[in-house]
Amino acid sequence: MSQLAETNPASFPILGKSTKELRVLSDSRHLSLSDAEWAAIQAHYKTLKREPSLAEIETIAQTWSEHCKHKTFTSPIRYTEGKKTRTIKNLFQETIVAATGALKKPWCLSLFKDNAGVVAFGKKWALAFKVETHNHPSALEPYGGAATGVGGVVRDILGVGLGAKPVLNTDTFCFGRPDWTGALPEGSHHPTRTLRGVVAGVRDYGNRMGIPTAGGGIWFDDDYRLNPLVFCGTVGLMPRWAVKKEVKPGDLIVTVGGRTGRDGLHGATFSSANLGADAPSSAVQIGHAIQEKRVLDALLAARDKKLYGSVTDCGAGGFSSAIGELGASCGARVRLEAAPLKASDLDSWEIWLSESQERMVLAVPPKNLKALETVFAAEGCELAVLGEFTKTGRLEVTHHGCVVVDLDMGFLHTGLPRAERAAVWNAPASVKPAGGASKKPSEALREMIGHLNVCSREWVIRQYDHEVQGGAIVKPLQGVRHDGPGDACVIWPHAATGDMEDFSCFAVGHGLNPDYGRIDPYWMALAAVDEALRNLTCVGADPARAALLDNFCWASPEDPKQLGALIRAAEGCRDAAKGFGAPFISGKDSLFNQSKDEKGKDLPIPGTLLVSAVAPVPDGRKAVTMDFKGPGNALYLIGRTNDELGGSLYHRVLGRTGGEVPKVSPAAAIDGFKALHAAMTRGHVLSAHDLSEGGLALCAAEMGFTGEFGCLLDLDECPRDPRIYSNETLLFSESPSRILVEVKPENESAFLRHFGKSAKSAMVRRVGQTTANPILKVTGLEGTTCLEESLKELKEAWQTALPKILG
Amino acid sequence: MKKPQVLILRAAGTNCELETANAFKSVGGDPELVHISELRTGKKKLMDYAILAIPGGFSYGDDVGAGKVLANQVRHTLTDLRQFVRLGRPVIGICNGFQVLVKAGILPHSNSCEQSASFTVNDSGKFETRWTHLRINTQSSCLFFKGLPEMIELPVAHGEGKLVLRSPRLLEDLKKTKSIALQYVTEDGKLLGYPHNPNGSIFNIAGLTNPEGNVLGLMPHPERFVTLHHHPNWTRQTYRKAPVGLEMFKNAVDYAR
Repeated sequence: MSQLAETNPASFPILGKSTKELRVLSDSRHLSLSDAEWAAIQAHYKTLKREPSLAEIETIAQTWSEHCKHKTFTSPIRYTEGKKTRTIKNLFQETIVAATGALKKPWCLSLFKDNAGVVAFGKKWALAFKVETHNHPSALEPYGGAATGVGGVVRDILGVGLGAKPVLNTDTFCFGRPDWTGALPEGSHHPTRTLRGVVAGVRDYGNRMGIPTAGGGIWFDDDYRLNPLVFCGTVGLMPRWAVKKEVKPGDLIVTVGGRTGRDGLHGATFSSANLGADAPSSAVQIGHAIQEKRVLDALLAARDKKLYGSVTDCGAGGFSSAIGELGASCGARVRLEAAPLKASDLDSWEIWLSESQERMVLAVPPKNLKALETVFAAEGCELAVLGEFTKTGRLEVTHHGCVVVDLDMGFLHTGLPRAERAAVWNAPASVKPAGGASKKPSEALREMIGHLNVCSREWVIRQYDHEVQGGAIVKPLQGVRHDGPGDACVIWPHAATGDMEDFSCFAVGHGLNPDYGRIDPYWMALAAVDEALRNLTCVGADPARAALLDNFCWASPEDPKQLGALIRAAEGCRDAAKGFGAPFISGKDSLFNQSKDEKGKDLPIPGTLLVSAVAPVPDGRKAVTMDFKGPGNALYLIGRTNDELGGSLYHRVLGRTGGEVPKVSPAAAIDGFKALHAAMTRGHVLSAHDLSEGGLALCAAEMGFTGEFGCLLDLDECPRDPRIYSNETLLFSESPSRILVEVKPENESAFLRHFGKSAKSAMVRRVGQTTANPILKVTGLEGTTCLEESLKELKEAWQTALPKILG
Repeated sequence: MKKPQVLILRAAGTNCELETANAFKSVGGDPELVHISELRTGKKKLMDYAILAIPGGFSYGDDVGAGKVLANQVRHTLTDLRQFVRLGRPVIGICNGFQVLVKAGILPHSNSCEQSASFTVNDSGKFETRWTHLRINTQSSCLFFKGLPEMIELPVAHGEGKLVLRSPRLLEDLKKTKSIALQYVTEDGKLLGYPHNPNGSIFNIAGLTNPEGNVLGLMPHPERFVTLHHHPNWTRQTYRKAPVGLEMFKNAVDYAR
């Protein structure tokens, strides 16, 4: 302890300093510590009668960062909704965790505590899924930020349980529109540059690691131009026995993989503040996919030999976070000089906090060290013993014999003062649709199908190796010419299980629509869950076995209105989970997605929720794609159409505001999905596609041009709110829970039986049929043709929109 | 009957080894994943195996050119590879493995094992994944294609797949020696450009063999078409033939027996 006295050159005096002085310190070192947090730290060191060291302050700042502790979701909030005010003690526990707990699904194997959520996959296997965001780094350096985003989430999967084998990557992005022509503030990239860099980063890291990237989406909105969102997801498989992990005192702390360098300092703390031009460039790490592939190969080999008791990845906060978390319940002693370095002149705190990539930390019983060394040497992967886990309850770090950190684990992990924040939500008044110029349905449809949020993503998808590991049996691009918009991919993970006889597969779907959130984040959340489940159901996954992940990306939670909206979204997630019977198994929030625009005005992103869902496809050979399969087949519409054009693509292309946001009835929705799933498992469904942006018209057009058949639809047959008298509403409303299904005439009665007694609340009606002529022809309510479009032309508009901008 | 042992070569960054092993296993082979370092130390010996497969991936990140580093290691470590080939044992290099065979001077075949071809970045400038129509050279005696129809489909996924030859004369030699095993074509068999020829390879070459037909290097991935359900149109039920990739592995295993 004496070495940490005031004379230590690495000490960081804070005792007796004023709030103002501490704020200056905080800013200059990118610590993102609040006044209350400083006060708690001062009080702690006052009782210790010493000053902290620099490494200790950095450790506390990282451990307490929004990024690592999720303070917003776990601290008390005074929430005012309309005229009522109440206190939320812990938003995360009260919404996401509570709903999941109430569902008590026996197939959930590990929830919220490990690096990813884990569910059962058959009897022998466990499936882990995690989605991370890498927004701030991707804004600073799109290629490196996105690549290390992939690398980071892959390590989460390597670090869940005793390690899972990654079998699928998913990537969802929100960008500013690539045709942005306005000014941008200094230091920010044009959205096109961001898009190109991010796609290339994801491509190069995922492809090099041999993990198929086969799921995700892109959303364009000008409000993301300074704060792009990059959601990186990975699914992994591991044997059931590998789900549990345990650190024992006496275990060696072993670091494997990449060396430690100066790249990635302050990543955790910098992502816990609004993004500005002063962001430190060292915060973005430098990725090396092949290094991580070596770690993957060696780690899984060591896992199968049962050479270690626990593992976690070095992500935000580096060793500090990884070792601090692994040793949280026992204690850890670390000797920094043992860490392999990229450069010899690193300071103690830099080694301790560096977020250099491709590193994992293992807890290894000493007797296994030799065998572990052999395994890693065989893969050309470096390994070093940094210290050991102890029984002291302390985090003790030395560097060449000098104590640099000596912290009580209790203070570090529970000493964070919980500041109460204020939040406000006022329900929007129902507004009649207004503004914009009316357009003929055909004109609107053509514009919508070429809209950036709908058009083909082939330019992006083809750059990802979605076939590696030989598992993509339903591919992201579908149809006659392998270029149609699939609802989800179906993965047959035989490369991980080694079993080619077993066709147990899984599918991953996503839901995201910030335009609904602009009206009401509660309904945005329900719609996102609904969309993710619809997508899964459409390809043949079992909606009753779906597990959900949430990723909230929000602006500053210090703004009560933003925080109120976030609460609404979290409550939407809670009600969706309960209503659909689908538990959340993992999630992440990324806050402070807000910057000063070119005029110095705050530009927050729209509150954004990505819901990712994973569910088993019991027999992949019964999976379904979205392309029409032939002429003369019946078309059934599942789900009721309401007048819900608020936040719709139709309103967006008309320039119209107001209208009702789509509202989900989870009970009716899940009945419909389950009935459809039952019909699919019996082979009664030829194709299925969900109705999302652009509604029925867009859905039918996509199914048609992908399958190269046309269709006749009669709007009067749509299950609907009887108060709808407008063809446009029936064509373009975005009411949730709806799926268009193609059924062979001889299977119609068998198909309908699935929607009998067991699914009373589901609505299903025959709304038309497929035709040989590739034309979308719709009969309106008045009995005459209201829309007749060549699918070839629609497809061209859909395909050329993105290449026109990106080349 | 003893199952033919298949050496599936690994190095840092190879990543199609598991599905390749599964494919060999399902047609009666006995695959073993062997790291190049195990061959270097002599722990494993190439000549103990009946078949060699170099799978796809990004060996050493393709950092100084696709497959280049592993090709040099093959040159210096697998010194018995030429003998292995001479004995007529099947060798297949897929994607990155094809790049390795070419840069190690195994394909196109020459007595000196000098490298006479190479790969460069796709004409599109991008890594691309897509299914391609291919025509098997029925004149060539490549054992992997025995009994297969002339027109087949397989997926490609690469960024550096454009085959280039040292000289125009080499192309004529390759034609003469029937070494061009596989070409990218349109659905009706025409030699056209992008996207049918996904990378701009000379003469639409997708795969090369040696005059004896026991070595095959190809950019497309046969291990990604070993069940009907791998075909992108299986839900349309328009593809009813046996999966081509599986047949190719089966041919090698049957031959080795």
